[in-house]
Amino acid sequence: MTMPASGTVSPVALNVFSALLEARTGQQIASYRSWRIDVALKPLLRERGLDTLDQLVTLLLDGQDVRVGDQIVNALVNQETSFFRDAPVFDLVLEAVAGAEAAGRRPRIWCAGCSTGQEPLSLAMLFAERAEGGRPMPEIIATDVSEAAVARARAGRYNQFEIQRGLPIRRMMRWFDSEGGDWVARPELTRLVTVRRHNLVADHPPGGAFDVILCRNVLLYLSPTTKAAVFARFAAAMRPGGTLVLGAGETVIGQTDAFAPSRRLRGLYERTGDRPAPSHAAAA
Amino acid sequence: MKTCLVVDDSKVIRKVARHILETLDFTVSEACDGREALDACLASPPDVILLDWNMPVMSGMDFLRALREAPIPTRPKVVFCTTENGMAYIRAAIEAGADEYVMKPFDRDTLESKLQIVGMA
Repeated sequence: MTMPASGTVSPVALNVFSALLEARTGQQIASYRSWRIDVALKPLLRERGLDTLDQLVTLLLDGQDVRVGDQIVNALVNQETSFFRDAPVFDLVLEAVAGAEAAGRRPRIWCAGCSTGQEPLSLAMLFAERAEGGRPMPEIIATDVSEAAVARARAGRYNQFEIQRGLPIRRMMRWFDSEGGDWVARPELTRLVTVRRHNLVADHPPGGAFDVILCRNVLLYLSPTTKAAVFARFAAAMRPGGTLVLGAGETVIGQTDAFAPSRRLRGLYERTGDRPAPSHAAAA
Repeated sequence: MKTCLVVDDSKVIRKVARHILETLDFTVSEACDGREALDACLASPPDVILLDWNMPVMSGMDFLRALREAPIPTRPKVVFCTTENGMAYIRAAIEAGADEYVMKPFDRDTLESKLQIVGMA
């Protein structure tokens, strides 16, 4: 048998890694994105002293080291994120919690698929600065399927490139300290966010009802069936009138009946069933 | 098109910055020290200035202070772009009137992000 050189993904490796990722996270690697497997797993190959992805498959299937599967999944999950990504969305989130605030409730926000934490920390900075004017500080829960991402989000530690993507310098000065070449979120910021490991496909949502759920650029990796199930879970985890925030290129249209485009917040979605009935129906 | 003045004594940095900025649809001009940059701003102020700290003739900080007192009709955005990455330097730059701060080394994403923050990209 000829072993493929590093830089290529054999059909066996592609099948094994795709199946592992889907089983653990529900995420699919479309064949056109299979190049990502090679790029994403190169550091793990180096760390393990392996030359080829097929050797990594052998190590995984051997089952002697249970950490291998976690490491492969951590590497394959797309962790692309940045501070204040798609900045206008954050203003809409402020509007989305207005109802809860008007009702005298502390808003609850869930960042589902928070990757390395830049999104929930952005929200925490935004709301903490606003709270100084007497507005309530929401409860922010951030989750991700990757243990490595969760650990990084909890630590709030970012390298020079990560800290500079999307974060205005004044906010960096206020909320982060320089430490050994990295920038680390101060405890008064990290304590505003609860970070947990959570599998969108397999686990029940965090307890309590949410006013806003952000799940940006995560669901696009799920199959239509799995995606519909996740939408249903989100709907069940929301308060009436709750708002769902998806990535810029994502939509609920044709994917689920549980949400519909918000009439109030352009580009966001609201849970269906909470809207008043159309006037002709009300008159009937 | 928006205009950007790149002020850096390193030809390599000016070349890299120019390349990135041109892909972001900026018209780019260059200066290799603060004095040259100040003359350029007095003649025709750009929309944004990408500014190194340590340069011969006139440093970035001296340039910034002079710029903010100069009789020019607009207020160009100033983005420091320097290897001086300590908090004390960053604070001093912001207090002197810089709008943003890029810590070198930088890449396209960083520069684009910072220009977006100051409303220039």
